[in-house]
Amino acid sequence: MSTAAHAPAEAAESTPFPSAKLGMWWFLASEIMVFGGLIVTYLLFRMAGPGWTADIHHNSTLLGTINTLVLLTSSFTMVEVHRARGRDDERRFRLNLALTILLGFVFLGIKGVEYAAHIREGLVPAKSMFWAFYFGMTGLHGLHVAGGIVANACLYAAAARPGGFARYGHRAEMNGLYWHFVDVVWIFLFPLLYLG
Amino acid sequence: MSETLAAPVEHGEPAGFWRTYVFSTDHKMIARQYMFIALFWAAVGGFFAYIIRWQLAHPDTDIPLLGRPIGPEEYNAFVTMHGTIMVFFVAMPLLLASFGNFLIPLMIGARDMAFPRLNMLSVWVLALASLILIGSFFVEGGAASAGWTGYPPLSAKPAYTGVEWGMDLWLLALALEFGSFLMGGINFLVTPMNMRTRGMGFFRMPLFVWMVMIASLIFLLSVGPLIAGAVMLLLDRNLGTSFFMAPGGGDPLLWQHLFWFFGHPEVYVILLPALGAMMEVMTTFSRKTIFGYRPIIIAVIVAGGLSFVVWAHHQFISGLDPRLATPFSVTTIIISVPFALIVFALLATLWRGSIRLATPMWFAVGGLAVFIFGGLTGIFNGSAAVDIYIHDTYFVVAHFHSTLFSSLFLGGFAAIYYWYPKMFGRMMNEALGQLHFWGTFLFFLAVFVPMHLVGVGGMMRRIANPGQYEFLAPLAGLNRMITMSTIFLLLSQFFFVFNFFWSMFRGRPAPENPWDGTTLEWTTLSPPPHGNWPGEVPRVYHPPYGYGLPGASEDWVPQHRPLPSGAAPRT
Repeated sequence: MSTAAHAPAEAAESTPFPSAKLGMWWFLASEIMVFGGLIVTYLLFRMAGPGWTADIHHNSTLLGTINTLVLLTSSFTMVEVHRARGRDDERRFRLNLALTILLGFVFLGIKGVEYAAHIREGLVPAKSMFWAFYFGMTGLHGLHVAGGIVANACLYAAAARPGGFARYGHRAEMNGLYWHFVDVVWIFLFPLLYLG
Repeated sequence: MSETLAAPVEHGEPAGFWRTYVFSTDHKMIARQYMFIALFWAAVGGFFAYIIRWQLAHPDTDIPLLGRPIGPEEYNAFVTMHGTIMVFFVAMPLLLASFGNFLIPLMIGARDMAFPRLNMLSVWVLALASLILIGSFFVEGGAASAGWTGYPPLSAKPAYTGVEWGMDLWLLALALEFGSFLMGGINFLVTPMNMRTRGMGFFRMPLFVWMVMIASLIFLLSVGPLIAGAVMLLLDRNLGTSFFMAPGGGDPLLWQHLFWFFGHPEVYVILLPALGAMMEVMTTFSRKTIFGYRPIIIAVIVAGGLSFVVWAHHQFISGLDPRLATPFSVTTIIISVPFALIVFALLATLWRGSIRLATPMWFAVGGLAVFIFGGLTGIFNGSAAVDIYIHDTYFVVAHFHSTLFSSLFLGGFAAIYYWYPKMFGRMMNEALGQLHFWGTFLFFLAVFVPMHLVGVGGMMRRIANPGQYEFLAPLAGLNRMITMSTIFLLLSQFFFVFNFFWSMFRGRPAPENPWDGTTLEWTTLSPPPHGNWPGEVPRVYHPPYGYGLPGASEDWVPQHRPLPSGAAPRT
């Protein structure tokens, strides 16, 4: 254990898992229930009302697919951040972290283009239940992406300080757990909201 | 985020007023902050109860202390806020957050919580939520008035209640409160999982720690859908969507599902820490080890699981598919089985014990008695056939006050009187404490036992003026008597308020272990110093509650002292 310098009764963690990781898992468990509640509600409405998703063709499958690829790629670069930390490769760590942040912005940018097009067509949340769910679910997801960008930017700034890489680099794993979760949520939202 | 929040905090003496009393990361100071927030709100919530009761007994007359009558709109706001405050701003901060924070590290032998900075953040988010809730009384249109359950369509359109900003601020305050307890809950789960001292296995943790862990788990896993629901309701109110509005294709019942999927587990979030406190008090004051330590834990885990599949018993007359009534009646009645087990285990703990009747014990036993009563009327409500008759009457109000008042106040007071010496370093006055107990207990019964009759007599919840209904005229006398008892119930609390603040400065200094307890919090100074133990953290040799052991020199062996040879090994 890293805390061997202390008396054994103190500071050592009682399980093999670092507290930060346990905390992150519990946080994600509660997040699953937030998105789970939304998704189940959406499915119940959708199954109850045939033709309820008639407007789904307004969503561009192409843009949705591109965004899916963007987010999946960002998950890959996020893993690379963690791997670079393991190999003590500070340059790759920063590069991949910057790429992850960039891809997050690309995702939000494409989402913004889609939102703008919908709103110009009058497809606003109040238009119908489908659009209410579309904006509600992708909006909440988008906020999570933005939160992930902020967390990654904080990590970038912390790691850029002298000695920061050694001290804060392991946080990449926590950020990664969160980022993958946000990615997985999108994997559910994409077919539900884009593919008839 | 986690690392900054998880980073070990320096455990030297904290310096300066702000770091010590305001922006403290010390779990004991945070516990006190939660306690003061909860007690402030308890005073406000109690005052609202008085306003509500006055209006029901003497409709539309000048209310003493308020100096004016209230109309039906304002009455609705007071009812809404009374429920919101008592559940979210008193019960959870006091039972879960304050005692959870104070006791978990002390009971498991940790120097602080796992995430001290997250802990500080959670109490300040709750403070912000409190400010927003206070502010909601002073905006145009007044405070939210759609009931503490906020059912749409009433809550979904400002035109229906006349409340504009108040409702949005109410939703915002609740969302922040949930956020605060998500952060708190992560701490309450990770700390006992990962910060236990040497020898402190999971099945050697005091039951209070188990109860807080399971309550936090229930909260974390049930609140998500309601957070989603709150977002939907905000969109309905502000962007014109129709999630909960039938004309636009939505469904008002959806909110009830999302609300009660959280709302029912929530009552166990309040109950479990209170039960945990009662267990600690009862075993200590009957000088007997708890009866059925492991079965109690298993029963609570089972009850926690079942609590996720009982929610629709709140909706039997809402238009729910009647075929769903039977399954939800069945799960509801099944959930009384694990709780019956816990109640019998506690009674068996008392059985043939050397009972010491100090104030904490009075409150614990009184709380258990009232909880049994509330649990039994719960079986009435849980059976759809009976519920259809008594739903939305004062019988339901009387039922849930029997369960929640016994948890929140009787259980909460047991906890306060028991751990106050550890928390503030001084003893509370015993005579005042017992006066407080008898006033609270007897006037509680005088309020809520007759209220069952009022309910069976047909008086509806959420009516501002029973005088408008001819068939309720025979109940007017009972209503006035209930109101008078409420006033005495509230006045009895001044014994507590005086005792609490007077003892803080003038009470007898508390020894380390005033009640001869066996768990780790009694092995350090009262109050514990920063870092909890002046020297090394004690290690643990056996399960808690080593009372009445043969071969021991006293009648108890604390957890940090090995069992004497010849003492029977216990689980």
